[in-house]
Amino acid sequence: MNYPLETAALVIGTFLALLGAAYAHDSLFAAHMWVLFLTLGISSIVMLRRVSFAPAGAPRAVPAKSEYFDEVIKYGTIATVFWGVVGFLVGVVVALQLAFPDLNIEPWLNFGRTRPLHTSAVIFAFGGNALIATSFYVVQRTCRARLFGGNLGWFVFWGYQLFIVMAATGYLLGITQGKEYAEPEWYVDIWLTIVWVAYLVVFLGTIFMRKEPHIYVANWFYLAFIVTIAMLHIVNNLAMPISFLGIKSYSAFSGVQDALTQWWYGHNAVGFFLTAGFLGMMYYFIPKQVNRPVYSYRLSIIHFWALIFMYIWAGPHHLHYTALPDWAQTLGMVFSIMLWMPSWGGMINGLMTLSGAWDRIRTDPIVRMMVMAVAFYGMATFEGPMMSVKAVNSLSHYTDWTIGHVHSGALGWNGMITFGAVYFLVPKLWNRKRLYSLQLVNWHFWLATLGIVLYAAVMWVAGIQQGLMWREYDDQGFLVYSFAETVAAMFPYYLLRALGGLMFLAGALLMAFNVTMTILGHERQERTPGVAPAGLQPAE
Amino acid sequence: METYTALRQFADSWGLLAMTLFFAGVILFTLRPGSKSHADDAAQIPLKED
Repeated sequence: MNYPLETAALVIGTFLALLGAAYAHDSLFAAHMWVLFLTLGISSIVMLRRVSFAPAGAPRAVPAKSEYFDEVIKYGTIATVFWGVVGFLVGVVVALQLAFPDLNIEPWLNFGRTRPLHTSAVIFAFGGNALIATSFYVVQRTCRARLFGGNLGWFVFWGYQLFIVMAATGYLLGITQGKEYAEPEWYVDIWLTIVWVAYLVVFLGTIFMRKEPHIYVANWFYLAFIVTIAMLHIVNNLAMPISFLGIKSYSAFSGVQDALTQWWYGHNAVGFFLTAGFLGMMYYFIPKQVNRPVYSYRLSIIHFWALIFMYIWAGPHHLHYTALPDWAQTLGMVFSIMLWMPSWGGMINGLMTLSGAWDRIRTDPIVRMMVMAVAFYGMATFEGPMMSVKAVNSLSHYTDWTIGHVHSGALGWNGMITFGAVYFLVPKLWNRKRLYSLQLVNWHFWLATLGIVLYAAVMWVAGIQQGLMWREYDDQGFLVYSFAETVAAMFPYYLLRALGGLMFLAGALLMAFNVTMTILGHERQERTPGVAPAGLQPAE
Repeated sequence: METYTALRQFADSWGLLAMTLFFAGVILFTLRPGSKSHADDAAQIPLKED
């Protein structure tokens, strides 16, 4: 297949990157443009080598147009697994850097640079690829229509990978605008905006072309995720660069307005990227894997509307006891607490989908993974509102409790539901009868679950101890502990946390192996005790 | 009037009312009598063969 326009655009892009490196305003921009030049240059060479130079009019092998555009989803699934392993590995490294400061290798591998590398790798690279791949899969199946826009799907996938590469290398070079989860600088932000608009066009176009009259609820969640992330990303990154060939830009907002905009963005990145998008996964893959419709479709609709109406107001709870007006803090707290209801409604809906098929938890490790994901969704969405209460927050804020909370949500909910979806998708996409090994899935399940439990429990203890030490006064009114003492007290917890992360990483490596062997077409001969062989098959 | 004050006043009066009404309307529409069979049909969409 020839891609003349795409190849030409890549070559021109490579040349522009070279110009950017040559005329750079600062050395970091030059270094970053060299990275871009290399990435685009290699891509250009790959594309040029694939061009078929047959004379015009000569017969050319045209691949048959399949009913669904699944090739890009295959790439997306592999990218999900790959970035997952990378992101978890960097997570273990940063955990060890906290325990052993000598591991901070200056300047590129300081904690300050590896930490955003870890958060972006797991949220945007692993989670983002999972969302893009599964949304493409789900929207085609539930609309019974081929993905809209032809090769635009490829642009979304590769454009997003380019964003990941530019963001990650930027962090290591020290390029950041210092906004949590929105660290990339203005030029990378503009690129992501372009890719995201293409994503929206592909997704909405498919919905418009649908043959199924009703838009299934999973697509509502995916669409809310795409639209809201576009809005959040654009508003939070409104900034003026000091030079169009330099890295530095200044935010359009200042002071507390900037902080509120950032946390309006930051919390809704949690609410719409890590919640709404992954709920789209839940509402499709759980019914598919257990072969039953969702427990209550009407509850899922109410879940949707309540979630999007309330989440958007919860951001100010990140700014308790700051310069943010008191009424705004209270508003954020109240909406966070109201979120309990839709979150738990959705959790119950997901879990009750298994009613009448509860034995699947015992016989199917993939179902077990999905159920554990929904359970963690429930636990994390219980803990979150609790921590947003100002009195609780005065103890928990800035401590490792927050880190534990984030990880029970991210590893437990986002990680597990994604693993479940990957295990569901791989045999389907590559036309295999089953996965290479279900026992490995079982191992993955237990390594991941125990890893998360260890991580979260240790961080609770660490966080509460930290918070109590910070606020401990003696009878003279002096602080009892210096800050350095509270840091030293964390050492054993940080070691245990790294161990929890290592277990989670080990599980992900098993998944990578299992997925690879499945794609290569191998099947491990195995029998899970007490399970009828039919129970081993992915439900269909 | 200052922009902030104007927006603030709109947000906690008509804006709030409109959003509350829309939200209540959506909930009532979802739970309207006769919606159950539509919902049950829609829930079957992923289970049709792919």
